[in-house]
Amino acid sequence: MSTPTVDELVKAGVPVFERRKPRLRRTATPYGLMAPAALYLALFFLVPIGYMLYTSLWSGFLGDFRFTWNFGNYSFGIEQYGDIYLRSLWYASIVTLLALVLAYPVAYWIAFYGGKRKSMYLFLLLLPFFVSFIIRTVQWQFLLADNGIILGTLKDLGVLRNDFRVLATTTAVVSGITYNFLPFTALPLYVSLERIDKHLVEAGKDLYASRVTTFRKVVWPLSLPGVFAAFLLTFVPAVGDYVNAEILGGPGNFMIGNVIQDQFLTNFNYPVAAALSFTLMAALLVGGSIYAKVLGTEDVTTGAAVRA
Amino acid sequence: MPPKPRSRKRWTRFILPSYTALFIAYLIVPIAVMIVFSFNTPPGRFNIRWETASLDAWRNLFDEPGLTEALILSLEVAFSATIIATVLGTFLGLALGRYRFRGQGAMSFVMFLAIASPEIVLGSSLLTMFVNARIPQGFVSLLLAHVMFTVSFVAITVRARVSGMDGSLEEAAGDLGADPRTTFLKVTLPLIMPGVISGALLAFALSIDDFVISNFVAGPKTPFPLWVFGATRQGLPPQVNVMGTLLFAFGIMIVIAQVVGGRVQVRRAVRRLVPPGASA
Repeated sequence: MSTPTVDELVKAGVPVFERRKPRLRRTATPYGLMAPAALYLALFFLVPIGYMLYTSLWSGFLGDFRFTWNFGNYSFGIEQYGDIYLRSLWYASIVTLLALVLAYPVAYWIAFYGGKRKSMYLFLLLLPFFVSFIIRTVQWQFLLADNGIILGTLKDLGVLRNDFRVLATTTAVVSGITYNFLPFTALPLYVSLERIDKHLVEAGKDLYASRVTTFRKVVWPLSLPGVFAAFLLTFVPAVGDYVNAEILGGPGNFMIGNVIQDQFLTNFNYPVAAALSFTLMAALLVGGSIYAKVLGTEDVTTGAAVRA
Repeated sequence: MPPKPRSRKRWTRFILPSYTALFIAYLIVPIAVMIVFSFNTPPGRFNIRWETASLDAWRNLFDEPGLTEALILSLEVAFSATIIATVLGTFLGLALGRYRFRGQGAMSFVMFLAIASPEIVLGSSLLTMFVNARIPQGFVSLLLAHVMFTVSFVAITVRARVSGMDGSLEEAAGDLGADPRTTFLKVTLPLIMPGVISGALLAFALSIDDFVISNFVAGPKTPFPLWVFGATRQGLPPQVNVMGTLLFAFGIMIVIAQVVGGRVQVRRAVRRLVPPGASA
């Protein structure tokens, strides 16, 4: 947003040179540049995951934990909380599907018809990021409260029965998560749609393709990388989310995140908590690695960076 | 084959823009509620129904002692984490955007994992490490965690800027006898500065808003989002809305400043390149 785009500069008469391909030089410079951050990520991202695996094989009680290759924590976790894992996956799937369907038309319209105001519209999509995640969710809780401005007023008017409620239902949790992750869905979609050469769409029209056919045969396939990136950036945080379930849901809506949090911070049952968390990570990691292998990491990381 | 007659009803053109407007309105609903209810005067602790408009919460902004402390703590963590993450992330972004080297793919993959992992996994794994290594939880553990999850975002932002950059300028500086340090400070750094600033702002925004990871590693400390979360059960004082509104306004102002700054940059570049009167 802050810097001139290539197009602006070309319009301004700046001569454009082909960027030189970086040569593969045998030099230590990149390693030197990379070392501090790489070490940092190794120490505070990779090593902790090792510690989590180690902790998940402990047995005993707080104050007397011992490492015993206790794989029982895993079977216990899955036996005890299998249904909650499934619920988390189920919620996250609905959320992702909803978010994709809701956000695609918006991303499409901004990319194709946004004209000069594109960055302005993107900025509007990003507005929620300027307010704390917790505050936004709490505002929804207040808005949807049993006697809040919406339901309370409707009840006073006699439109709704007195025991009608939105909070503590699946609908509340799913729509809360959807709300919170919509921008994460919209941005990668926008990035891929924006990249599509508009001449291809023109060509479709020139060849007498109907709008629907042009969309189906040209726009949609070309936007698929964005759809996959959006899927990943929505689904993964949605599975792990527990704030919406905590604020908008009831105990009947708890997700695996709520269990992990309780086991860690309330029960101090570190081994089981670590096993639960590691299972979640392993499941998502397998999915994520297949994703990265097949589709590369570029779309996700640029999608994430557009927020800047 | 004759061209298809374009007999589209005009009103269909308005579907997508109206839908987009509705979509954006939906995104803004809780923000609007937050701002409006910062002017409310709730009788009890629950700021749910509209009572009377007043500036009470704005005037007594710092009357909630825990809340003020929480905000200060969050600002301290965010500032410190941003500085460290920006330095580390800028170098990493430069390495990834400028060079091709063995291990580059692995590095990108680790960054991808750090970004794509659910926060609960990041937070809980850090907690197990802090427990195992007996690192006390508090400001330091918060800072260590915040640098960890923001550094990749800075690196990506800088990488995007670097890979769009013309490398010949640095070579020219070298040809003119500048040593690597001078080249970096006088040529590279100014060129990548917009990316560095965006990365830093992103890191700050992510840090000050973080709940999940902080919840695991904060120990006895209570950063702003944790305080708000903890208070919801007993109802939120309107001061929270005021602070949220202030942070919101502050963020918007920074973005506007960045955009205006960027425009000025373009105009300056244009003036330098196209002498007045030369445009046909």
